[in-house]
Amino acid sequence: MRDVAVIGVGMTKFGELWDQSFRHLIAEAGSKAILDAGIEGKDIDAMYVGSMSSGRFVGQEHVGALVADASGFSHTNIPATRVEGACASGGIAVRQGYFSVASGINDVVVVGGIEKMNDVSGAAATETLATAADQEWEAFFGATFPSIYAMMATRHMHEYGTTKKQLAQVAVKNHANGAKNPNAQFRREIPLEAVMNATMVAYPLGLLDCSPVSDGAASIILCAADKAKQYSDNIIQIIGSGQASDTLSLHGRDDICTMQSTVHASQMAYKQAQLTPKDIHVAEVHDCFTIAEIVAVEDLGFVKKGEGGKAIENKITTLDGEIPVNTSGGLKAKGHPVGATGVAQIVEIVEQLRGKADKRQVQDARIGLAHNIGGSGATCTTHILEAK
Amino acid sequence: MRGSVARFWREIPQRYNIMGNKCGCCERVYFPPREACPYCRRKSYGKMNTLQLSGKGEIFSYTIIHVGSEPFANQVPYAVAIIKLDEGPKVTAQIVDCNINDIKIGMKVESTFRRIQDDGYTGAIYYGYKFKPHK
Amino acid sequence: MEKIGIVSYGANIPRFRITAEEIAKVWGKDGSTISRGLGINEKSVPSIDQDTATISVEAARAALKRCNINPQDIGAVYIGSESHPYAVKPTGTIVGEAIGATPDLMVADYEFACKAGTAAIQTCTAMVKSDIIKYGLAIGADTSQAAPGDALEYSASAGGAAFIIGKENVIANINHTLSFTTDTPDFWRRAERKYPAHGGRFTGGPAYFKHVSSCAQNLMQKAGTKPEDYTFAVFHQPNGKFPVTVAKKLGFSSEQIKQGLIVPFIGNTYSGASLVGLASVLDVAKPGDRVFLTSYGSGAGSDGFDLTITDNIQNLHRGNAPTVAQMVEDKEYINYGTYAKYTDLLYWE
Repeated sequence: MRDVAVIGVGMTKFGELWDQSFRHLIAEAGSKAILDAGIEGKDIDAMYVGSMSSGRFVGQEHVGALVADASGFSHTNIPATRVEGACASGGIAVRQGYFSVASGINDVVVVGGIEKMNDVSGAAATETLATAADQEWEAFFGATFPSIYAMMATRHMHEYGTTKKQLAQVAVKNHANGAKNPNAQFRREIPLEAVMNATMVAYPLGLLDCSPVSDGAASIILCAADKAKQYSDNIIQIIGSGQASDTLSLHGRDDICTMQSTVHASQMAYKQAQLTPKDIHVAEVHDCFTIAEIVAVEDLGFVKKGEGGKAIENKITTLDGEIPVNTSGGLKAKGHPVGATGVAQIVEIVEQLRGKADKRQVQDARIGLAHNIGGSGATCTTHILEAK
Repeated sequence: MRGSVARFWREIPQRYNIMGNKCGCCERVYFPPREACPYCRRKSYGKMNTLQLSGKGEIFSYTIIHVGSEPFANQVPYAVAIIKLDEGPKVTAQIVDCNINDIKIGMKVESTFRRIQDDGYTGAIYYGYKFKPHK
Repeated sequence: MEKIGIVSYGANIPRFRITAEEIAKVWGKDGSTISRGLGINEKSVPSIDQDTATISVEAARAALKRCNINPQDIGAVYIGSESHPYAVKPTGTIVGEAIGATPDLMVADYEFACKAGTAAIQTCTAMVKSDIIKYGLAIGADTSQAAPGDALEYSASAGGAAFIIGKENVIANINHTLSFTTDTPDFWRRAERKYPAHGGRFTGGPAYFKHVSSCAQNLMQKAGTKPEDYTFAVFHQPNGKFPVTVAKKLGFSSEQIKQGLIVPFIGNTYSGASLVGLASVLDVAKPGDRVFLTSYGSGAGSDGFDLTITDNIQNLHRGNAPTVAQMVEDKEYINYGTYAKYTDLLYWE
């Protein structure tokens, strides 16, 4: 198994992008990453694409081939694979791309993530997102996707005393970070009261506890580390990769306040990297809802179980805190084009580790972690990167 | 659940009568029923015994939905809960026949037979379980 | 003589209520005058997730909870309603599955306006008597609808009752049953139409009163009885006035009809009406009590029953399911807007 580096990154703006089609978005993200890497088209051995539900959003399946074509690679006939794991599609694509380089099968691989959610109505987008949950035993009976995280929140509040205010503080922090991110969907800070008083979606989660519906794409170029020097001086290496699964339904778990998929995927990554949570300087975690970030910082080992609410309250995870989380603005403020998210998280970590995160820069960030979840925790990928 | 009569019909014993099963080796109860016990695995093949659950349980967690999915949009606000059934398994279902503000973790509930959703005015009607306070 | 009759029973009444006053307000009428005139104070309203199938299932399950019958021994299920959820696809199979009586089961849905449930009892009685089946399940249930602004809006309500008919452990022996039937178009609903139409005052004399009275008189003649022989009398109750008037005309006292007169509190549950009244009587009846029941269905006809309560009623676990009185009291009031939403007065696609 050889080491793998990220030699290029690129992403589109995230948001309500009416002028930009699915094909345009992925081509833009891919070109930016390729230009950033300084590679040529002929250097690319394969393509991996994460997209949760192109079929339901734009009526198109078979997007591995489509993305290769739209990016101008069909005449090189490269292998192109689409992977799906709900909101973890991007993270899984990263890991599959990583395997293919680490194993020696490919030298240079493009990994992309894309979702175009605004071409369907809000109601249809919501229904499509809900396919990440258990259709027969959760959605059929009236549960919506936010309601599943809401029940996680209610129980977390019951078991650990987490408050609605602490949930809101996650949103405030992430919007403050997003305001510094030129690619973010929302670039305004929001006051705590606005989050606390927002329209109720599923108690205790209000509108501003929920990440938005977004269009966007992100792309990274993976390269065998020993060949990466040809393309870049600044080698950002993937030093740990983990993936794990858990029950599809939230009710299938004994403890609904812990995502075992996060625990296992992150432990896998930490073990490979020979690191502990304390070694992480900056992290992008999956805050599809504010409660998800609270649970994630616990399950990733940054704080003890149950202390996620206190962590945000005590500003441990702010930009200048002990462990800055979601410097990009997270899914909440940056946006959450589902399939793109896992890849966009890597983009942010790479920018941080290169020292190129501008106003969001974490001082001396050398080791970063990206955490991507599918559904209510049925899938998790965790990647740890280091600036070498 | 558009146009999926077969998918619904297949689950009628579960949705109408909460039929689960029990592992013949370790006695764990499963709902919905499983082909094999995840813990006993191949030892349990052919040894899973059908079991009708009582429909009694307590609320493990809950939420009040204000933005409902399409089949339920006209019922908001409505309560959905994770209910821990007496036999062990947990299910997700609506809570009815009570003031949504009175719902609490730990509240004792029992199942009731209700219309869950339908396939529009011309489509099939899908029935199943909801839960109400157990008096 | 071999006993054949009711072995167990159950009822189900949805919890929501709307008062006559609340409805009258919307149409600019005086609620209290209407209440007094109809003898109905409020009516039951099904929730958006309740229909004739769910009411029938709950009533049938209540009946099973009270006795020790194996549902697999139920050989037939007949459900009478004017508001079957499907025009084509039986309610009976939904109930049959939900109580575990399938697949060795005879099923059909019945319609005869408000007397479809009692017709189901007659069928089950005959099938049990001829040993075609061991037990039969007869249900009358409705979530009846009335056109907004129509007089029926004050009375058309939701509810139902289920009766298991058999020969073993009979709690109410069916001594006699007969019917009186003519083709009388007093009230009807055309296929594919949402709401019924009716002949106004024609629904009184030539319809309800003629059929109920004739049936009742024929029944007492056949049974060789007089009104005073009965402990309880239950009549179909489209409003609070008709059953009181017909009872008086036939010679029954207000005391005799009191227990089975539920319409002032929950409205007219159509196919459930006389049967919920009968369930109310069975909630309190004692061995030896004699019960007189005459239903009425527009179109038109009446089914009459002469029943005697047996000692077995003391062995029935009546406490295992809610009584009609308990269900009448378990209520939550709603306003007209919510009522319109629940009863689908507001179409949406």
